[in-house]
Amino acid sequence: MPEELAWFLEVLIAGLLSGVMYSLVALGFVLIFKASGVFNFAQGAMVLFAALTFARFLEMGINFWFAAAITLFIMVVLAVIIERVMLRPLVAQPVIILFMATIGLNYFLEGLAQGVWDTQVHALDLGIEDVPWQSVMDATNILISLFDVWAAVICGALVVMLAYFFQKGRIGRALRAVADDNQAAMSVGIPLQLIWAIVWAAAGLVALVAGALWGQRLGVQFSISLVALKALPVLILGGFNSIAGAIIGGLIIGAAEKLAEVYIGPIIGGGIEAWFAYLIAMLFLMVRPQGLFGEKIIERV
Amino acid sequence: MAIFPIRQDLWGMITTLIVAVVIVPAFASEHMIVGYLLPFMIWSIAAIGLNILTGYAGQLSLGHGAFMAVGAYSAYNLAVRIPDLPLLAVFIGAGLIAAACGVVVGSPSLRIKGFYLAVATLAAQFFSEWVFATFPWFVGGAASMVIDTPKMSLFGYPIESNLDNYFLVLGFVIVTTLLAKNLVRSAIGRAWMAVRDMDVAAEVIGIRPLYTKLSAFAVSSFFAGIAGALYAFCYVKSVDFTAFDLFVSLKVLFMIIIGGMGSILGCFLGAAFIVILPILLNVVAHHLTGGQVSPELITNIEHMTFGGLIVYFLIVEPHGLARMWTTAKEKLRLWPFPH
Repeated sequence: MPEELAWFLEVLIAGLLSGVMYSLVALGFVLIFKASGVFNFAQGAMVLFAALTFARFLEMGINFWFAAAITLFIMVVLAVIIERVMLRPLVAQPVIILFMATIGLNYFLEGLAQGVWDTQVHALDLGIEDVPWQSVMDATNILISLFDVWAAVICGALVVMLAYFFQKGRIGRALRAVADDNQAAMSVGIPLQLIWAIVWAAAGLVALVAGALWGQRLGVQFSISLVALKALPVLILGGFNSIAGAIIGGLIIGAAEKLAEVYIGPIIGGGIEAWFAYLIAMLFLMVRPQGLFGEKIIERV
Repeated sequence: MAIFPIRQDLWGMITTLIVAVVIVPAFASEHMIVGYLLPFMIWSIAAIGLNILTGYAGQLSLGHGAFMAVGAYSAYNLAVRIPDLPLLAVFIGAGLIAAACGVVVGSPSLRIKGFYLAVATLAAQFFSEWVFATFPWFVGGAASMVIDTPKMSLFGYPIESNLDNYFLVLGFVIVTTLLAKNLVRSAIGRAWMAVRDMDVAAEVIGIRPLYTKLSAFAVSSFFAGIAGALYAFCYVKSVDFTAFDLFVSLKVLFMIIIGGMGSILGCFLGAAFIVILPILLNVVAHHLTGGQVSPELITNIEHMTFGGLIVYFLIVEPHGLARMWTTAKEKLRLWPFPH
């Protein structure tokens, strides 16, 4: 394989795999948006909260799975509290009010997470080594991180699980009904509050997985809450209410970002990763405001 | 309608002005001016800017820090590159450049709204941080990327002491407040509110959405630009892109949520609240624990308090402190015989 092509493929694959990590965060947004129409700015803080709690439990010497279970339980309790204290009084408010409320929630959770635990950087070891995949390396001379591959596998499993959860059974049907039309769902007797609590808990689970994976990569600290900001362009690209959109959008953004950083970056000064994703999203927004897989918004401005 | 339908309000405003112009300069300490009053006044201008956009025209912006940064850097470049430019022209020019940027950022608002627009403004925030961090041209090639602002003089009178800075900022506060108050009472202000309340209906009665939304963006970022320039020149006395990050944008948003969306008075109340609360928390924490508490914990408690208050206000009083004040005033007018 020629050197140039191998390099291109390496960047592309690294981009796609890091895109999976973005998808994981975007997934949390989509779940909540689908069910309640709330754009949850606090998803990043939830990721931080989950990761920090998990990391600290592990540091206390608690068994890996037991720590994960306790953290998940805490996230579920958190979801119930959020629903009870914040969402219920704000029901039927304009979406923009709810959006601002989640910005407040974001600050609150950040403060809470770092207040209860601390602001140090914590190492988080999931038992997956961040090493190149040797057999691929030998065969094609392309460097692929094994950790990224594992992250992709975990993310895939999570998506299959969520899709199954959303399609099957009473809860799944209720979730889809609520996603379709809040009021109609309520009028046929679906307990809206319960569904919201379930959805926020599911978003908490996604936050935990995302937080654990990002945490191993970057170390568990405040900056992983900023990962959520990377997920916003993914959402715009994929559409706010499509799980598939979050995945595909993440892949596109991840790949485009890495390629741009490598090929365009040096020309205009580097560090363009911070905003390039937004640029793609903005351009896309002009052409197709509902995103790749989003439901078409009929309302015209 | 007059600005002050109630006579007492007029007296209240006159008293406030007398206090601000005469009593504060005569009695306030340096620490009082630099620590509390300057940031309070500068943040008030920024909050007025965002309130025009979000509170009056209904377009949410998470990129107000970017407009402040544009204002600060424009003012610096105007002052340094055109040495003969009068100081007022520097600030107004900075505002105009910020306004132009605001129009560009706001142009997607014609197709998108709500949090889609919020994300677009967020893009502006990250883009501006990158631009000012990457290109040394904006700081005249300085390697450190943080530069001191040049000396200022107004009509030949050098502005050096804190008191001079105080008067300069106060002048801007008075002018911008008057401007904003009159803008929102005029035809354009009514058009903003019509678009905010229901854009389709506004269009039906003949309000041009394009012109209305973009004018809101322009005026809003003009104010933000001036606030940013004042922040750099009069308060921190240096231009630094890290001073205008995303958290600044959110901070200004918090001011108008707590102070009151769609209220000029609310901007001042919100700014005062955000400036005073951390100081208050600090004092209380030290008092309760006898100085044992770590600054990190106080910061975290501050974040929790802000976040909690935002949610609280959105649930209980979406129009913020300003509405509470109005309610209190109504009660006082009838007091002590409500019926």
